[in-house]
Amino acid sequence: MSDMTERVVLGTAAGHSPEAVPGGVEQGAPPRRAPVTSTGLIGWLRANLFSSWLNTALTLALAYLIVRGLIGSVSWAFVNAVWSVPVTEAGAQTQACRALNGTGACWAVITEKHRFILFGTYPYEEHWRPALCILLFIGLYVVSAMRRFWRKELVLVWAVTLVAIGVLMWGGILGLSYVPQERWGGLVITLILATFGLAFAFPLAVLVALGRRSELPAIKVLCVLYVELIRGVPLISLLFMASVMFPLFLPDGVNVDKLLRAQVAIILFAGAYLAEVVRGGLQALSKGQYEAADALGLSYWQKTGFIILPQALRLVIPPLVNTFIGFFKDTSLVLIIGIFDLLTAGKTAIVEPAWQGFGIEVYIFCGLIYFLFCFAMSKYSQNLEAELNRHRRR
Amino acid sequence: MSDTIEAGHGVASAARKDAPPAIILDKVNKWYGTMHVLRDVSLEIAQGERVVVCGPSGSGKSTTIRCINRLETHQEGRIVVDGIELSDDLRSLDAIRREVGMVFQSFNLFPHLTILENCTLAPIWVRKMPKAEAEALAMDYLRRVKIPEQAGKYPGQLSGGQQQRVAIARALCMKPKIMLFDEPTSALDPEMIKEVLDTMVGLAETGMTMICVTHEMGFARQVADRVVFMDRGEVVEQGPPDSLFENPRTERLKTFLSQILRGH
Amino acid sequence: MSGATADPRLAAARAVPKKRMRLSWSDPALRGIVWQVVIVALVVLGIWWLVSNTRHNLEVRRIATGFGFLWREAGLPIGEHLIDYSPTDTYFRALLVGVLNTLRVAIVGIVLATILGTLIGVARLSKNWLLAKLSAVYVEVLRDLPLLLQLLFWYAMLQGLPGPRQALHPAEGVYLSNRGLKLPGLVWEPAHGWALAAFLIGLVATYFYRRSALAKQMADGRPRPVWPAALGFLVVLPVAVWAALGAPWTVDWPALRGFNIQGGLTLSPEYFALLLGLVLYTAAFIAEIVRSGIMAVQLGQWEAAQALGLRPGQVLRRIVLPQALRVIIPPMTSQYLNLTKNSSLAVAIGYQDIVSIANTTLNQTGQAIEGVAIIMGVYLTISLSISLFMNWYNKRIALVER
Repeated sequence: MSDMTERVVLGTAAGHSPEAVPGGVEQGAPPRRAPVTSTGLIGWLRANLFSSWLNTALTLALAYLIVRGLIGSVSWAFVNAVWSVPVTEAGAQTQACRALNGTGACWAVITEKHRFILFGTYPYEEHWRPALCILLFIGLYVVSAMRRFWRKELVLVWAVTLVAIGVLMWGGILGLSYVPQERWGGLVITLILATFGLAFAFPLAVLVALGRRSELPAIKVLCVLYVELIRGVPLISLLFMASVMFPLFLPDGVNVDKLLRAQVAIILFAGAYLAEVVRGGLQALSKGQYEAADALGLSYWQKTGFIILPQALRLVIPPLVNTFIGFFKDTSLVLIIGIFDLLTAGKTAIVEPAWQGFGIEVYIFCGLIYFLFCFAMSKYSQNLEAELNRHRRR
Repeated sequence: MSDTIEAGHGVASAARKDAPPAIILDKVNKWYGTMHVLRDVSLEIAQGERVVVCGPSGSGKSTTIRCINRLETHQEGRIVVDGIELSDDLRSLDAIRREVGMVFQSFNLFPHLTILENCTLAPIWVRKMPKAEAEALAMDYLRRVKIPEQAGKYPGQLSGGQQQRVAIARALCMKPKIMLFDEPTSALDPEMIKEVLDTMVGLAETGMTMICVTHEMGFARQVADRVVFMDRGEVVEQGPPDSLFENPRTERLKTFLSQILRGH
Repeated sequence: MSGATADPRLAAARAVPKKRMRLSWSDPALRGIVWQVVIVALVVLGIWWLVSNTRHNLEVRRIATGFGFLWREAGLPIGEHLIDYSPTDTYFRALLVGVLNTLRVAIVGIVLATILGTLIGVARLSKNWLLAKLSAVYVEVLRDLPLLLQLLFWYAMLQGLPGPRQALHPAEGVYLSNRGLKLPGLVWEPAHGWALAAFLIGLVATYFYRRSALAKQMADGRPRPVWPAALGFLVVLPVAVWAALGAPWTVDWPALRGFNIQGGLTLSPEYFALLLGLVLYTAAFIAEIVRSGIMAVQLGQWEAAQALGLRPGQVLRRIVLPQALRVIIPPMTSQYLNLTKNSSLAVAIGYQDIVSIANTTLNQTGQAIEGVAIIMGVYLTISLSISLFMNWYNKRIALVER
């Protein structure tokens, strides 16, 4: 291409006629408004709901179903619902609920049992303690989610909060009465399992992920075996192992309580899945980073700690959060081995004859709580991903 | 503009004014939401004519040629391609897309098919050509774009310039009457632009009707019968490349030309 | 442990001065060996400690070991079984019934979840705003609730249904009550088996016909429609076989007799709730996978294919799907594995899958280790088979690039 000459030719051309008479279509026609059918509300409706016959039919059918569904659920959940029932010495009188015959919700079960569902059999007058713990957990999550707190001190914050939660739950010091672990229950157990699980599974996962990429064959084989074995079996089998096999593993006289055993199983389980996510980050890191670190003469641990991990973990934050969500939901499986978490408390609340058959209401209540936590995490992960992508593109 | 003018310095004009026009755009209007992106665009392109469309980014030049093979739909006005009016009728759409080949800025080769398969796909499935014949045809065009030896490779293994030449060959394999080029060299490294432009000059020499959106002014001078300058969705000025570039009549074209020069 | 250098050339360069065979802590190779020996020793020691504890405990508690119990009479009743089973059968057979029950829910679940998930994933990309939003809400809600909670919810829902006498009766022969779902069933006769065989043969024949039709088209360019032959092989042939064998056709219609609905095909509430929960939950994940798979194919691919004159169906079949599948297959595999593993939640609602039966077995025999080992063994086998198959398939369609 004669790019150079072109430039010269055009340059002189422009120089020759700097005051060329403007003519032709100088400013042109002013922009016209688009036809009404393609803008505004009508345009939007046309484009998104009624663009063709098929689309119109689909829209109408869906709208019909949605309206019917909404009317049905509103009348079930609000219009026909019973919010409370009289309670006598003989127990709750649920005749009013039974009389609904499924046409309305019996929210009375929640009114009556919500303290039980949230706190289990924790002594009634001490309920403020698990409640405070729940708030502490939520505070911990919120602080950890904020990027400006992503510093080394965060580890300290976690340690302090978790210790405080332990003190609050157990008591026995600072004037708090002692509450044995068997009486804990409800939402706080779910949060304990998830949070402590995360706190221990994460470091384990990082070590295993590094081990899987190690050049030392024995270590690599061990890590691969661990990850693949755990990922190949359902969590339930690990929980069974914790509940029925674990006692056989320990020497006589040593007794580890059930919650801790389940916690160990969850840590082992989460560790394997998180390790795979972390490994993904390690693999995504460009080879140049490893080589540059080697070239600086850093030792393996210096290289890993200062160069590799900070970058690799940052890359995989969104999938990590997604794994946390899955893992938060999975804590509900402890129901099967009889640990008193939120879902178990809900299921137990309707064992009482008076409340039998009102499972739907209780599960909706529990579901709402799970949903709030998971939805918040999921939205957070989406925002974070968008933000990180923006930074990367720049 | 007249037939007697030898456009540019290189390729002889093949425009046939006596034949019915290859493409007619008649007061075409298009909006994206409330944005008026094409304003009363009217153009008539003769068979064998080579037109370069230029203008600042966002001026509607790509949208115009994408309307011609209906990758975009216009809302007002008429577009007639090779005697067929564009409408919602699927048959007219099929007919037009067979006659109009297109080359994209980002090549858009199919990464899961080999170079040869990229070229034979449409002849086999759209033109119903026997495979052997389609392959022979494809090899012929690959030779013309000077990369027959890459036929067995996958797009990911080729350089940008090679990929764009394959894209040209792929479009030609459908034996189109009209070729549309949508900024074919904008995504290329400078050293690869020449190989693609050379291929396009070679194509122009065969008398193909071409509409090319490009900023390559040298190419426009060498090949184009006519240059169309668009700005803010309308055709501002048009004429033979030399007169247009050397005597721009409008401020808008002057500004554009000076920006192009500074940009280079 | 600087032996783990990324660049093998560095390692090689270090290895050159081999003359000095002095043992030194600064030698990366030595460090590597020491590290490995220490860690392996720790692991072996840990395992040995656990094993010896366990042996001691088993002895003290007089728990038998080994799999001898498998051949004893199980005496455990199982409601649903695909093969003949009675409580007098052995534990082995009971466990086999459990495995089959797991497979029964997993296979049906995978098929249904794939279909539903694909539909929802495509619906999320629909131009119809209402449909797209509705699918998005579905995905968001179902993903953010624990599966176990959903299972319990569906099970409670089914139990809340009226009894058989007031069963929901949406269509002829379909009854939905707290005893489960009743569907009309076909009384199985040998002729049906032959018709099925004819259909399978027809399937193979259609495949070969399609191949040869394609080959002929490649030769002369003339497209040959496959559907008439497919119709013949897949419909006419089996029907003809069935008719030649006397066209037996007895439908077993479920009907209310006394206090229960008799006859027909039964899906127990447990199976139905489990299947429903697994399918709805997994479909939400599959929908996201399908959506991102389709979105991974750039718009330019559609445009280029359309500009070449390909019809929308051809664009989908030849350009978009082959590319989207590459993105979809690996995460889809893990969803299939998840569904299979999640079917173990059956134990919570009383469907007797392998976990449930193994759990009962270990409670009855007290042999916890063997019980858990059986569960793990079964799932590892299933997981391994699915991933082997999917790896093979994935390799077959992988992008041959570079």
